[in-house]
Amino acid sequence: MSKRTIAAFAAAMATVIAAAGAASQAQAQDVKIGLILPYTGPGGALSPEMDKAIDLYQKLNAAQIKPYKFTITKRDSKLPNGAAAKIDAQELLTQEKVDVLTGWIYSPDAIASAPVVTAGKRLAVIMNAGTSFITNLSPYFVRTSFTLWQSSYVMGDQAAKYMHAKTAVVAYTDYPPGKDALAGFKTAFEKAGGKVIDAIPAGGPEATPDFTPFFQRAKDEHPDVLFVFVPAGDQATAVVKTYNALGMKAAGTKLIGTGDIVPDELLQGMGDAAVGLITVHHYNADLDNPQNKAFVAAWKKAYGPDSTPNFTSVGAYDGMAAINHAVHATKGKIDDGAAAVKSLEGWTFASPQGPIMIDPQTRDIVMNEYLDEVVKGSDGKLHEKVLVTVHDVKDQCKMLAIGPCAPKK
Amino acid sequence: MNAVADIAGIVLGGLAAGTVLFIVSVGLSVTMGLMGFVNLAHGAFAMFGGYIIILAMNRAQYSFPVALVMGFFGTAALSVALERLLYRRLYRAGELDQVLFTIGLIFIFIAAITIVIGSETQNLQLPPYLGGQLNLGIVQYRTYSIFLIVVGLLIALGIWFAFERTRIGGQIRATVDNRRMAESLGIDVDRLFTITFAFGSGMAGIGGGLGAEFLGLDPQYPLKYLVYFLIAVSVGGLGSVIGVYYASLILGVLDFVLTLYLPKGGTIFIYALTILILLARPQGLLGRKGL
Amino acid sequence: MSVAVSPPGEASPAAAGRNPAAQILIRRHRVRWWEPLPWIVGIAFYFAAPDYLGFGCDLLVTILFALSLDLALGYAGIITLGHGAFFGVGAYAVGMLATYNIWTEPITSLFIAAAVAGAIGFLSGLVLLRTTGLTLLMLTLCTMTLLYEAANMAAAYTGGFDGLLSLPIGPVFGVFEFNPLYANTQYLFALGVLFVCFLLVRMLVYSPFGQSLIGIRENILRMHAIGSPVRRRLIVCYTISAALAGVAGALSAQTTAFVNLAALGLDRSATVFIVLILGGYGRLYGAFIGAIVYLALEHFLAQVYPTAWQLGLGLLLVLISLFARNGILGLGDTLWQRFGPRRAAP
Repeated sequence: MSKRTIAAFAAAMATVIAAAGAASQAQAQDVKIGLILPYTGPGGALSPEMDKAIDLYQKLNAAQIKPYKFTITKRDSKLPNGAAAKIDAQELLTQEKVDVLTGWIYSPDAIASAPVVTAGKRLAVIMNAGTSFITNLSPYFVRTSFTLWQSSYVMGDQAAKYMHAKTAVVAYTDYPPGKDALAGFKTAFEKAGGKVIDAIPAGGPEATPDFTPFFQRAKDEHPDVLFVFVPAGDQATAVVKTYNALGMKAAGTKLIGTGDIVPDELLQGMGDAAVGLITVHHYNADLDNPQNKAFVAAWKKAYGPDSTPNFTSVGAYDGMAAINHAVHATKGKIDDGAAAVKSLEGWTFASPQGPIMIDPQTRDIVMNEYLDEVVKGSDGKLHEKVLVTVHDVKDQCKMLAIGPCAPKK
Repeated sequence: MNAVADIAGIVLGGLAAGTVLFIVSVGLSVTMGLMGFVNLAHGAFAMFGGYIIILAMNRAQYSFPVALVMGFFGTAALSVALERLLYRRLYRAGELDQVLFTIGLIFIFIAAITIVIGSETQNLQLPPYLGGQLNLGIVQYRTYSIFLIVVGLLIALGIWFAFERTRIGGQIRATVDNRRMAESLGIDVDRLFTITFAFGSGMAGIGGGLGAEFLGLDPQYPLKYLVYFLIAVSVGGLGSVIGVYYASLILGVLDFVLTLYLPKGGTIFIYALTILILLARPQGLLGRKGL
Repeated sequence: MSVAVSPPGEASPAAAGRNPAAQILIRRHRVRWWEPLPWIVGIAFYFAAPDYLGFGCDLLVTILFALSLDLALGYAGIITLGHGAFFGVGAYAVGMLATYNIWTEPITSLFIAAAVAGAIGFLSGLVLLRTTGLTLLMLTLCTMTLLYEAANMAAAYTGGFDGLLSLPIGPVFGVFEFNPLYANTQYLFALGVLFVCFLLVRMLVYSPFGQSLIGIRENILRMHAIGSPVRRRLIVCYTISAALAGVAGALSAQTTAFVNLAALGLDRSATVFIVLILGGYGRLYGAFIGAIVYLALEHFLAQVYPTAWQLGLGLLLVLISLFARNGILGLGDTLWQRFGPRRAAP
């Protein structure tokens, strides 16, 4: 062989080796994330909030994500009954071969996906679904959002202690988060000396019902407070409207609830009717901590001065932070589900909602809950004012091992 | 507070819901009685009118009465166009094709509204004189509900009067009773169909707007309440205005009471009652036999 | 036309061979060359697309449901939007038997579901089939919504809106387990069940019973006039149709390990109605064509453009009701007659 041929051959080999090296380098850096959200149906208005948060995380934390790259495949979970979500989880795992699953706004969707998640052996980060026992259903579930027990338990406690309420009626949407809200509120309220005189199931999550008969029944029972849980969105607006239309405030019943009844993006639209409402939630856009100030400012800059993040956005944002942590902790081998889950046990993060931690025993989130009141600010807009901060709230349902929250044997 | 006030609250709540049902369904009853056409898409016209009314008020700042008028004529105009172009071709067709056609229309309406406006619920901002509570002596109740009940009664009386005392009302009644005979008497049945359909759809549009306060208004509206409209019409009796009025009010009160006392699945009694009534009297309570 | 009627008691095949009516029926029963094709495709799908078997199961369940509706709607002319009642009853039967660990064997569960759904079909048919037209439509619709609310009321047993999850379904023949991630066993099971049910329907439709159903659909007064026991036939047909719908529902619960109120909902009922009309009602294979076209389009289009899918579907339905009342198969027939080979009249 002539010298030229050898040189050419060597150059070719070098190129091939370099290309192979680059290719394998690119492969190691690509993390496939499967995102399951209800893009159509009643959840259709909420999913864009989470999409925006996910995009914002990747934009603000591009440096922290390197050298990895996130590729997100989205699937529509449609109605909140779990059927489509289960198929989506199956398809994402088998057809798209994702490394991590995430999303799930509605609890029935997460509950239905559990057996698929366990069979798929990949990390599954729950960004919203708030029913307590969900994390028990699969060892691969890690939740960065909240549970209804966390907010309703604190609300029940504060209703008795801070608001001095003696009697309460609970109206709730008849599906797992609603039942959890009822149970959490009732446990805490009655422990602190109050009495829940009625519990009214108020329709399902799939369509906004006419709340008039439910609230009429509550009004006729004359409780000190009416505690309401409905899925955030159109139902929340209808709740506040009906409460005012029936003149319940004048009749002496205060409306309280979890933050789901005053979601940040709908708050301004509720107008004066919402002033004075007291709720408990882990997040509102007016929280005064440095992370949130930066988060809200970045949000408004990216999406417009009138737009605002809400608790689902924060759940998604923290979810992405969790995934990013797991990717780096497992050195890119996030498809090893068990290792990924282990890397998140005890993980702490300075989130816009305050400091959060993933409980190593339950893989569930531990964070602050805030007792808020809706006030009208000097700018004429509605804001949430924090009255009381309760730190490091764990999920009481699992602590007290009530019903399905008890750890599986 | 006393039991009388509580009961009054329940009755008024039910009557208000029933009145909304009546305003939307009266058009369906007349057109089904007159044309024998199974128009499942009636709720879609109600939704269309509702959107016109709410958007006129929210985005273009028109007043409530003006928005209602716009809703009526806007929906009526759309229905005339659809009737002339499409419905007309299926008058002689079987039920199957009519059902299929109207289901298709429902989907088109839902998709069109979702694309053009969006899937969130629209909120009716009531004018201040209709908000708040009204003192009726024995009870203080939502002004808007009382307004609706009164308006519904006036509409029912108005339509009944039009049917019984005017020329065109007589023509409609004649055509419902015996179409061939009416045609041979020189009544322009085609024109009658169009006018009635336009009026019925216009009423539905107003009902959609007025009822948005209770029934909400979002793209899923035509499917959500389809069964209720059909029950009001078939139990009341096709072609009978008073029949659909009574049936709607009874249905409204029953639904309210059942939801109040049996929030989980209480409406089962409405369906059971409907089945019993329709088995005993297939033509409805006040319908004409053989329709 | 003179008909050679064989004397009573002489039922030999030779005697039947002389009877023209029987001849036509026998000819119809014969398996045409293309009839095994759908099943071959079904099995090929199992090997060709192992990642899409979940979708495949959904397709098979829909075909079975549409087939059951075809019996009632296509052959007997009973217009109902409430067939979901029987689908839901079958689904809940399996769901509750499994959840409370009463019975988890899949094949016998199907029989139980068929029996329960058939019983409800029989009772409701007995009562409702006296009426026709809008009244019947309303009554079947109300029956379904009544069952829906009953299931909601009994939420302690049925799971209410959340439904019954992670149903423990026993292994088929004691050996083949249902896999939660890859639906291979479920798919073959569903294919088998569909095959058996299809044979049943095919046999029924080509029998004298099936012919009388077509007669009832075409001209009910005439059928009464020739002394055919119309009401009895309708009730039997409705019962069988309900039982098959129950099997479809049970199959759905078994393959997805999940049942909730949606099984009794208007959404599902209306979808299967559309599927059947799309494919062509009153024909054996209308259910197959309709389900494949509808679900394939929905799966791929709805994922990308969900609202555009609904708009397109609505337009399609309007066009079909105006121009193509007999669905895709009907269109196929028209084209074949226009452009196909000229045949001698049979």
